[in-house]
Parts: sequence; structure tokens; C-alpha cells
Amino acid sequence: MQNFFLGASLLLCFFILLCMYRGVWGPTVFDRVIGAGFVGTKTAILLLLIGFIYRRIDMFVDLALVYSVLNFISTLIVSRYFIKKGVHLHQ
Amino acid sequence: MITLFITVLTVLLVSAGLFFFLAASIGFLRFPDLYTRMHAVGKGDTLGLLLCVSGLALYNLFDNCCWYGFVQSVKLVSIAVFWFIASPTATHALLRSAFESGVTPWTKDGTVIIDKTGDGARK
Repeated sequence: MQNFFLGASLLLCFFILLCMYRGVWGPTVFDRVIGAGFVGTKTAILLLLIGFIYRRIDMFVDLALVYSVLNFISTLIVSRYFIKKGVHLHQ
Repeated sequence: MITLFITVLTVLLVSAGLFFFLAASIGFLRFPDLYTRMHAVGKGDTLGLLLCVSGLALYNLFDNCCWYGFVQSVKLVSIAVFWFIASPTATHALLRSAFESGVTPWTKDGTVIIDKTGDGARK
């Protein structure tokens, strides 16, 4: 079962690398925000899988919970900021 | 017997979650504009996390079968429930912000269907 969790973690790291393309070179700033949120979600799953690999799920479940809450709050704050500020699109 | 059943169910649930993450990543890379990308990510994200976390909670419940294991499974399920509410909220707030900033939807022949490309600021 540990090997399955390790393979799932490696696959998830590969998906994170795929999303980093849009996160870095996204055409608009909102693409970067979505990319950051998506990477954050997959990182929460990755933390849980690391906890199962190391058999310390009692510690890592709290880390994943806090990580998902912070991910949500950061996306919400960035969206409110760009509503107030306005974005100049040069596309 | 029950251990084999739980193991197979966990592998199936986590693999289904990884499949939805893969589909959301491909959609995020391949779709033509912001709104369609947001559509792909906002759905695949929620369902992938829900399936992965429910599989892991099931595995944890039968792996360490004591009071602490039950509490950790409840915490895992609370992550899934929180994200099931929070991810559509964040996606909706971001979409509203993008729409009011003047990002126009993509059409196949390039016609503008919503004319908000003026100064890009909120009226």
C-alpha cells in the first residue's frame, strides 16, 4: 500500500508541473491565480499522501486542513483585490 | 477479506481522483480562454479532491482502528466537506472579478458577444 501511495504522489507531482506552465506563462493574471489555486489543492492531497507514506497522518491531516483553508482565503482575497483595482489587459 | 475489500476500494477511489486531476490539468492547458479554463479547473478540482480524500479516509479508518483513527478520518472528511463548499465560492468570486475587469469570452469566429472591453474598470 505504501508503494501505491508513493506512485500516486509522483503522479500528482507531475500534474503540478503541468499546471505550473499556465501558472507562470498564463496570458492573464486570472490564469495565474487559478493555477496557484489548483497547485494548492493538489499540494493538500500531496501532504495527506506524504502523511500516509511516513505513517504520521495525525500530524499531516492538520497541515492539509490549514493548507486548504489558506488556499481558499488567498484566492478570495486576490479576486476582491482585482475587482477594486481593475486590471489593464494588454492582449 | 475485509482488508482486501478496503484496499481495492481505496485504490479505486484514489485512482478516480487522480484521473479527474489529470482531466482538469489537460483542460487547464488546452482550453482557449479564461472562462473555459475556469470551468475545467473548478469542476475537476472539487471532484478530484473529494474522491481522493474519501478514499484516504476509508483507508485510515480501517488501518488504525482506534479512537484516534476515527478522529483523523473525521478530520479528513471535514477537509472534503470544506473544499466542496469553498471551491465553487472561490471560482465564482474569481469569475466575477474577471468579468468586471473586462475579460471577454472566446467565440469560434472571433465575434464579440459581450461588449465590456472599454476602460476595463467597474462602472
